[in-house]
Amino acid sequence: MIRINCPFCGFRDHSEFTYGGDASIVFPDLDASSEAWIDAVFHRDNIDGVQRETWHHVHGCRMWVVVTRDTVTHEISAVEPAHQGIKLVLEAMTGLSSSDEDQQP
Amino acid sequence: MKRYSAWNVFRNGLSDQKKWDRVWRDPDPKKSYDVVIIGGGLHGLATAYYLAKNHGIKKVAVLEKGWLGGGNAGRNTTIVRSNYMMPDNRRFYEHSLKLWENLSHDLNFNVMFSQRSHVSLFHSPAARDAAARRYNTMRVMNSDGELWDLNRLKREVPHLNYGPDARFPILGAAVQPRAGTARHDAVAWGYARAADSYGVDILQNCEATGVTRAGNQVVSIETSRGLISTKKLGFAVAGNTSRLWRIAGLGRLPIESHKLQAFVSEPLKPLLDQVLAFGVGGAHFYISQSDKGGMVFGGDIDWYKSYAQRGNLPIVQDVAECAMSILPCLGRVRLLRHWAGIMDMSMDGSPFICKTPLSNLYLNAGWNYGGFKASPASGWFFADLIANDQPDPIIANYDLDRFSRGYNIDERGAGPDPKLHG
Amino acid sequence: MTGRRVSTGGLIDRERSLEFSWNGERLEGFGGDTLASALLANGKSVVGRSFKYHRPRGVMSAGVEESGALVTLGRAEWSDANVRATTQELYDGLVAKGQNAWPSVEFDLGSVNNLFGRFLAAGFYYKTFMGIPPLEWGTGTGAWMWYEKFIRKAAGMGRASRLPDPDKYEHAHDYCDVLVVGSGPAGEAAAIAAADKGLDVVLVEQDSMLGGDNLVVDTSQSPVSRLAHLESQGIRVMTRTTAFGIYDNLVVGLLERISDHLTDPPTYLPRQRFWTLRPRFIVLATGAIERHLAFGNNDRPGVMTAMAGRAYLNRFGVLVGDKVVVATTNDSAYEVAVDLHHAGAVVSLLDARAQVSSILTDVVQSIGIDLHLASAPLDIKGRRAVRRLLIAKSDGSSWRQAFSKECDSVLVSGGWSPVINLLSHRGVRPIWHRDNACFLAGPTDEFITVAGAAAGIWTKAGCIKSGENAGNIASSAINEKSLYKLSPTSIENSSWSNPIMPLYEIRESNKKLKSFVDFQHDVSAEDVRLAHREGYISVEHLKRYTTLGMATDGGKMGNVIGLALMAEAAGKEIPDIGATVFRPPYTPVSIGALSGRSTGKYFRPLRRTSLHNWNIAHGAVMVETGLWQRPWYYPQPGETLSEAYVREAETTRHSVGLCDVTSLGKISVQGPDASEFLNRIYTNPFAKLPIGKARYGIMLRDDGVVMDDGTTWRLTETDYFMTTTTAHAAQVMAWLEELLQTRWSDLRVHVTSVSDAWAGIAVAGPQSRAVLESNVDNTEDISNENFPFMGVREILLKDGTQCRIARISFSGELAYEVYVPADFGPHVMEKLWTTAKNFGGCLYGLEALGTLRIEKGHVTGAELDGRVTLEDAALGKMASPNKSFIGSTLSRRSELLREDRPQLVGIFPKDRMATFNAGSILKGATSVVECGDGWITAVTHSPELGHWIGIGFISGGRRAWLDKQVFSSDPVRNMDVEVEIVSPHMVDPDGVRLHG
Repeated sequence: MIRINCPFCGFRDHSEFTYGGDASIVFPDLDASSEAWIDAVFHRDNIDGVQRETWHHVHGCRMWVVVTRDTVTHEISAVEPAHQGIKLVLEAMTGLSSSDEDQQP
Repeated sequence: MKRYSAWNVFRNGLSDQKKWDRVWRDPDPKKSYDVVIIGGGLHGLATAYYLAKNHGIKKVAVLEKGWLGGGNAGRNTTIVRSNYMMPDNRRFYEHSLKLWENLSHDLNFNVMFSQRSHVSLFHSPAARDAAARRYNTMRVMNSDGELWDLNRLKREVPHLNYGPDARFPILGAAVQPRAGTARHDAVAWGYARAADSYGVDILQNCEATGVTRAGNQVVSIETSRGLISTKKLGFAVAGNTSRLWRIAGLGRLPIESHKLQAFVSEPLKPLLDQVLAFGVGGAHFYISQSDKGGMVFGGDIDWYKSYAQRGNLPIVQDVAECAMSILPCLGRVRLLRHWAGIMDMSMDGSPFICKTPLSNLYLNAGWNYGGFKASPASGWFFADLIANDQPDPIIANYDLDRFSRGYNIDERGAGPDPKLHG
Repeated sequence: MTGRRVSTGGLIDRERSLEFSWNGERLEGFGGDTLASALLANGKSVVGRSFKYHRPRGVMSAGVEESGALVTLGRAEWSDANVRATTQELYDGLVAKGQNAWPSVEFDLGSVNNLFGRFLAAGFYYKTFMGIPPLEWGTGTGAWMWYEKFIRKAAGMGRASRLPDPDKYEHAHDYCDVLVVGSGPAGEAAAIAAADKGLDVVLVEQDSMLGGDNLVVDTSQSPVSRLAHLESQGIRVMTRTTAFGIYDNLVVGLLERISDHLTDPPTYLPRQRFWTLRPRFIVLATGAIERHLAFGNNDRPGVMTAMAGRAYLNRFGVLVGDKVVVATTNDSAYEVAVDLHHAGAVVSLLDARAQVSSILTDVVQSIGIDLHLASAPLDIKGRRAVRRLLIAKSDGSSWRQAFSKECDSVLVSGGWSPVINLLSHRGVRPIWHRDNACFLAGPTDEFITVAGAAAGIWTKAGCIKSGENAGNIASSAINEKSLYKLSPTSIENSSWSNPIMPLYEIRESNKKLKSFVDFQHDVSAEDVRLAHREGYISVEHLKRYTTLGMATDGGKMGNVIGLALMAEAAGKEIPDIGATVFRPPYTPVSIGALSGRSTGKYFRPLRRTSLHNWNIAHGAVMVETGLWQRPWYYPQPGETLSEAYVREAETTRHSVGLCDVTSLGKISVQGPDASEFLNRIYTNPFAKLPIGKARYGIMLRDDGVVMDDGTTWRLTETDYFMTTTTAHAAQVMAWLEELLQTRWSDLRVHVTSVSDAWAGIAVAGPQSRAVLESNVDNTEDISNENFPFMGVREILLKDGTQCRIARISFSGELAYEVYVPADFGPHVMEKLWTTAKNFGGCLYGLEALGTLRIEKGHVTGAELDGRVTLEDAALGKMASPNKSFIGSTLSRRSELLREDRPQLVGIFPKDRMATFNAGSILKGATSVVECGDGWITAVTHSPELGHWIGIGFISGGRRAWLDKQVFSSDPVRNMDVEVEIVSPHMVDPDGVRLHG
């Protein structure tokens, strides 16, 4: 079981979440070119190592989070809110970014 | 290659099993080959075999970073079927099934393909009609497929949960009688032995670490056993395709690596004759009984991208729940082992056998769940592609550009999300 | 072998006599016995048969590594195959029988295989059974499948019950600081040390009693007092509990066996409980398993590990034989010889080593034990029991038969294998330790450590010290957050005073022996060498080719020997052959326990609308749709499905019908940017939807394929109410959240799933307004002028119930969807139904809903199957040309724009009396397209048209098939019908009735 430190709920089993996908993808504007959209939608780096990826705390707070995880060992080094505004507010409230926190459950 | 036969089994029995040949040589790498295939799994070995057999190309090396057949070849649930609906997949997997039907004779190695039939349960009228469309497509394309009503199903497959306490009462099943199971390791060994007998060098413990290019042409491969030059290069490393793609200096692929678990129980006297598939209420489960007696089963991928060949508990629970749901007599049966393999999950759930941006590099990848059953045809058409430098019409749409054209071969209709094609 | 109970000693309760049945024979044992010890005490030596040759099998160990004494427990639906007699606690009334034998394990006809053993070497089946013998003539799979039937019958071990498992199982979850696995000297010390530091410690022990090795070696402290002591330290102790696997983030699977040892377990107890435990640190004090040696007929009943012989004596008070030969390669068996000697056995001790310090030899020789150095077992005489042992002497390079001994049991110690299986689950590669002749844990930086014999420490004092150390490591890792790394060099090994001799097989050149490596699967030393000759050299090939280590013991007994023999044959060192990767579970786990309570009707949650009971009370027959059950049809007495749905559809078209549509997904979309958001996700314009209006909308996926459809109602400037299909409700909700949180953080929109907050009732048909009129407070509210088509209103019912009503229609009739807070659903339904009855109305279910929508050519999930574009579904006009939306770019890819794509059409049977099926393939009479030209997604009898109709897709759409002959082909149901391709809008194509 992977344990994910949800910024809103604390450490939770990964079975409470669903995996989204590669968080490094920047989806283009809606009116962007077909090439830009094809690249964003269909092509993946598929990193064997540390990647940033989205997860949805679907059986929890329903927030999307960005997890930095090693895809070979499953070790997680950071979890932060996907929503940029909420991320800033949370950092202001806690005075630190979630990636600084102790990751050992 | 000494032929395998009852006669030779008998003769060796009289001579203390001393007269068998090695199944394959353990050669040192040559300096150059006509074709190098990276990946000593089923697809790579089959490709080498058909290159030699169908195309007379025998100066071939198969590079395997570990031991041949050590990846997904030995990590699957051994199911062979062709009950695909999308026309490209239909033709391809039907070709594969036909190769399977004579594979033991062709390789002179008993791969134990047993056409014990594949029985896919349905639980609602809507699911029955969806199955009818699929199995009708199979029938009009000259394959086999049947719908069994509840009475027939009860006769053929007793012990299922036909009782009133089933969460999803069974209405019937869609069946492919020619489908079945095979002994997965035997397929790898059979292809390796047969390819080796044509002179193919199977280079184990030989990891590709670099690809040397001249422009858009591959010149040689740097390996843990030295530099090997080649006229043509093929990748057949499903699960690790993106890694190798990067080594070749290429960009991104429509592939994500996910892990799929498989399970086997303690050996039991015969309990289940067919391959059974179950999918309702979000569940996805398949089970058969091996000749040794173990119940072999599996379910969904673990749902998150992974290169780790080990699974986690949620899926273990999930498949156990499915097992109990359709075969409630399995409650006291014990799980003996579970393990995981890494799948190339593609953006539409269908594979790639195609040319690449490099003129003499060919790609065989993206096998999702279909890799084991696809092995013979995959090798067949990949060899054909490498030999002729153009794809057979059957695999013409297994190319990397199909998404740009909008040509999705999406059996599940799940869209461009790799994890959903499990 | 003539096992017997000695008169005193052991941890058994001689006051508590237990009766049990073995192969129908009534026998007695004592409390504290295992089935194996009780069978041995009753002189039963043959208790099983091997997998392939059906050779007789006796008890070979006293633990989980058992490879011989596998039995079937219980009767009928309680029968439990492949149970290890060595770990099954005896209880009063236990019923056990032998398995994989006919007629019995004592006399098994299957043992005829043994005679043909020379032909049945490892992997022989890969070389034959392909065709007709002797030369494998023929093609296809027929020959193999003929042979296979017999092979399958012969294979397998026990027979599983065919009846549903009658027992209950549970899942439980827990957390702790430190998990200690194993309660031997090391585990006990580790648990106490960690608890001393204030940590929350869970100690699990697979045995029924605490103590581990102490139960065999030092029985002075009772397991009960150990328990009391540990619990007094605040340690949570779980016996009969196996840590079967370690998963990511050190989450551990535990199997607790709760009632497997009880005669009549109370019904409230589950049989087993599967725990998911999340410790912060794990100490593996899992001990070591004694190895056998390969020598001739080493599988005969009467051969077991030396420690097992000692366990049966000291723990169970059973002397396994009167004339015992103990054969060892190391020091550990000396104490075994001494204990057995004192218990009255005539003991001979063979030590393979030529030189052993006199401290050891004096001990055994002083009490008269017959000691032979440089001696080892070579071959056993006796078929179903040990009669005589041929013994070889070593001249330092080879073994030669020297003498023989009459005996009834042979106790073997071929060295010890630390139990590091659980580390293997984490991908930690073991490292071969040459001095100790065993694998030790490899490096890991996860919070796991290994203590005691599991770390290759063989003395009790050393184990206790290593356990204390492990507890302290756990404490510093957790309390001080100090960096931790388990590295092999950090494992101090305190080995024996005399080095172990790395010996795995005893054979004499030119002598043929049947020496087994894997007892259960009959893998012999010759099989390993055959695998080598044929090139199956790597450990992965070896195990798959010979089946070594694939039996129910998971290779605990034989793997190292197999590796050693392969290394010898290949002229390599053991590490060069590879190390076996152990996969979870450590010991087999019942599928029942893994599935817990999620079985039968609790397999998946059942979703019911708030109208569920009301529907059933009004005669609904329900149908499964995803996790929901929805009304299928409401039969009147004697009506069939077909009669009922036709009546319901007809009544709705001509009067009024009510339908529970609660299962539709409902999402509240709120915020200043809600309009902009909707405008981006729907293909059609939403920016200017007036307040009080609803609009039908379609969403595409990023790739331009249709995802879902539904109506969205604008309630206020910033508040929308969105409905989705039942099937995609969860997916759409997650999708909207993803867009808002990951792509469009700048949009000020909040989405909330309100699916369960509202009950929905469709009121459809020409009388629908009249039905509402009778129920609303102010009938002006719903006049055609005040409440036009696609209008939305908040309306009070006469009784004051607040409703949210939209004038929308799936049926094509004048219709409304009435939403009320879910708890009010039955009440409002009752009101509406009371009125509707007066208009001759009906309740209608999914089948009639299908009829109504097929007649209108409205699409649902059957059509929108994840491969269909807007154009395909004849909804091209829903794509706004004036804006970009999700999927707009990729929907214009070339293949998606082809004119010959299958497009939505209506289908009539040419002969209007004919019927046809959904799922049929559409084929043009002159078509050359191999896969057909289209397919039928849904069919119904149309009461409006008076014949069967369908909708589906056909290449190029209707225009391509005007005046062409088309067949509906349904080979799986033997139904071929000529059809006519028509417009999908088969009833009221102009939509006149909607506006009525």
